[in-house]
Amino acid sequence: MKSKITKGKDNLITYGIVLISYVIAQILISAGQMSYLLQGLLVPICVSVILAVSLNLTVGILGELSLGHAGFMCLGAYFGAIFTHCMKDIITFSPLRFFLALLIGAVVAGFFGFLIGMPVLRLRGDYLAIVTLAFGEIIKNVANALYLGIDRNGLHISLKDSLSLNLEEDGTVIIKGAQGIISTPRDANFTIGVILILITLFIIMNLVKSRDGRAIMAIRDNRIAAESIGINITKYKLMAFSLSAALAGIAGVLYSHNISSLVATTNTFGYNMSILILVYVVLGGIGNIRGSIIAAAILTLLPEVLRFLDEQRMLIYAIVLIAMMLFRWSPQIIAWREQHSLKNLLQKFKKTTSKKEVR
Amino acid sequence: MMSFLNHLIRGISLGSVYAIIALGYTMVYGIAKMLNFAHGDVIMVGSFAIYWGVSMQGLPPVLAILLSIVLCTVMGITIEFIAYRPLRQSASSLVVLITAIGVSYFLQNLALLIFGANTKTFTSMIPLETLRFAGGDISISGEAIVTMLCCLIIMTGLTLFIRKTKPGQAMLAVSEDKGAAQLMGINVNGTISLTFAIGSGLAAIAGLLLCSAYPALTPYTGSMPGIKAFVAAVFGGIGSIPGALIGGVVLGIIETLGKAYISSQMADVIVFIVLIIVLLVKPTGLLGRKLQEKV
Amino acid sequence: MALLEVTNLSISFGGLRAVEDFSVSIEKGQLYGLIGPNGAGKTTVFNLLTGVYKPDEGLIHLEGKNITNLRTIDINKEGIARTFQNIRLFKNLTVLDNVKAGLHNRYHYSAIEGILRLPRFHKTEKIMNEKAYELLKVFELEGEADYLAANLPYGKQRKLEIARALATGPRLLLLDEPAAGMNPNETKELMDTIRFVRKEFDMTILLIEHDMKLVAGICEELTVLNFGKILTSGETSEVLNDSRVITAYLGE
Repeated sequence: MKSKITKGKDNLITYGIVLISYVIAQILISAGQMSYLLQGLLVPICVSVILAVSLNLTVGILGELSLGHAGFMCLGAYFGAIFTHCMKDIITFSPLRFFLALLIGAVVAGFFGFLIGMPVLRLRGDYLAIVTLAFGEIIKNVANALYLGIDRNGLHISLKDSLSLNLEEDGTVIIKGAQGIISTPRDANFTIGVILILITLFIIMNLVKSRDGRAIMAIRDNRIAAESIGINITKYKLMAFSLSAALAGIAGVLYSHNISSLVATTNTFGYNMSILILVYVVLGGIGNIRGSIIAAAILTLLPEVLRFLDEQRMLIYAIVLIAMMLFRWSPQIIAWREQHSLKNLLQKFKKTTSKKEVR
Repeated sequence: MMSFLNHLIRGISLGSVYAIIALGYTMVYGIAKMLNFAHGDVIMVGSFAIYWGVSMQGLPPVLAILLSIVLCTVMGITIEFIAYRPLRQSASSLVVLITAIGVSYFLQNLALLIFGANTKTFTSMIPLETLRFAGGDISISGEAIVTMLCCLIIMTGLTLFIRKTKPGQAMLAVSEDKGAAQLMGINVNGTISLTFAIGSGLAAIAGLLLCSAYPALTPYTGSMPGIKAFVAAVFGGIGSIPGALIGGVVLGIIETLGKAYISSQMADVIVFIVLIIVLLVKPTGLLGRKLQEKV
Repeated sequence: MALLEVTNLSISFGGLRAVEDFSVSIEKGQLYGLIGPNGAGKTTVFNLLTGVYKPDEGLIHLEGKNITNLRTIDINKEGIARTFQNIRLFKNLTVLDNVKAGLHNRYHYSAIEGILRLPRFHKTEKIMNEKAYELLKVFELEGEADYLAANLPYGKQRKLEIARALATGPRLLLLDEPAAGMNPNETKELMDTIRFVRKEFDMTILLIEHDMKLVAGICEELTVLNFGKILTSGETSEVLNDSRVITAYLGE
């Protein structure tokens, strides 16, 4: 956001980083050099990357704060998984089934983004943060309380227990309240994950460099000026926000089709997860897409590598969050940084040496 | 009918706690123009301080309460000084908000690290018997009486403080126009510190009252009441002290009645739906003033 | 018919009459000045004309069409563009993109066409680039097209704001203290630019100014505001010699 101007070449580098990482991972796997633990992290990394990049659309490009990104992910995860369970025996070709699940997850999450954004995006930014936080908690709570079953008569829903679903004998329970959804077919894999990352990047990076992206960033930089040149504020805020939600939904579908037991806790879909995604974005640089990718990948790997820091990890994230903000935006610290920057030190060094030469 | 009255009383009592918390939001929002996301977590810290003093160290309750108030006050000033003040001049509201979230997250996880995730049972600090009327059909717990009394005293005290004292007038001036207040010789930074100190001290009292009535204490105890109190502040009109009282009480009643008559799981959902409706219909809240951006 | 016809415009804020009974009639092609001491309500008039505030009373007509209660973006679409007293650029966009943002409503393609990079995207972007460069050349900014707007020197930022406003294709251009903060040299250069814009784009301009030299140099007619009310209006030389105007500015 500071002073770099992204050119077409920049996008290629971003795609390149993703592709090269993919190739390296594949080589390591086929050479038997990657542990099972690490292999198990490949899809979660893809999920984190998509979440981070999509949240960056809201925070960095639109300039609004969402604290319910995990809620949109949760919607995608649950709706995608429900669809797959219902269609298990009808669509047996898993790539097609997964594609449709992705579509449903994206549409549902995007629709909810639209619904939430409509009243709130017209107000001051702080309100969006609170409302999205509330929304995320509601989604998580409802997901925890929900029982859903299917039989020949269709879907049955209850907020009490699985018995009150009144299923016929052939029926199966899909969502078991707080136990969530178990044994969703594992339709997701690393390759699909990387393809989805590339699609996400394609959408966001092309959007940013188009007429609509310009309008979105104009609103971020100066809402009043944007209005004065005829840009429809609500329309573009809603566009960016719903798109960001839809992409989080895709990440959710990817997530739910990669684990055997899907549950909604604060660490999977609640406040903690939303904050974690925000940490990816802040650490990678607000508005910096490539930074988001790298930060998300590293921070997903790190906990596994640094097992011994497990308890302190979230505390460290909190400190990182505060420190990053102060480091980038506090005038005093910026001034100090400029005085002590490498360039400046080098110049001082040059000056002192050249003085010596004159003598 | 009798049970309705009982629920209503419980609602007003819960709402009084929200009102005290909402004061902290509303004052800071009015004066520093920022949403202090960590305010709810200060409540949790205050409650843990009392828990630590009474249940772990065996201190007399009064001493523990005083300790908690002092700790929260100092913490409020420190948070403002370290995390918010450096960003006040230049940063966008997005940056300040993310920092505040960082502080909130920090406090939660620090408490998690020190006290663990297990729920602690908070012993009520209020030694008052439950009052019964109408042959025992209507009962008001000692906690409820003290809570409502505290809330009234605090509201009156704060209103008098702002109207009648010099620092109170300085607060009003800073909330109107920081630059002009500075030119009039008001210590703006000091006034903002004072605001944080008062808000955080009140948070300690709110924590005491909240945990006496609902004795389950975890590192996340403060975050939900914090958010609801913010809803209350928005509902009453952010920046307005009577607004915080009205918003808090209305919200407490809605929540308690929702829990009693609709569903305990949906009570929170109802509270947030109220927030969205308020924002749709009257974004400035019941008693709030319209903030016009200068063009 | 006058291009802009404003009749009896009034607005008050919390009991304070910020603008009272303001009327003005501006012909096509005119360069009209709105002057007055600080706090006289000049910028409020601009905010009323552009729909930022809704007037309590009064009517605004643009070429006969009533635009009084339209939203800001619709007023821009009707043909009024403005600049701001405290420059409001899109600081983190490039100079070129600032102007292209101004072209937003004149060249269209859908978001899908943009994301998928369909032919219409390439075609439209090419035209937008050409148009934007044309405007940048007028203001001698083409060399800085790829700079971030925030990195431009002050004088050029003012020019870029005018370029962005012109990009929306207005019939009436409102300039809010364009010379504020400029040195005499820059001011002179700006006067030339304003004259050039008027000729080149056949533009009608209403400008707010403090700098009397600039006003006397380029405006044909003036309206003087004082305490929200019109003190006097008419031809520039007459207005500037009016004793009431001198009193309002210099005090008694």
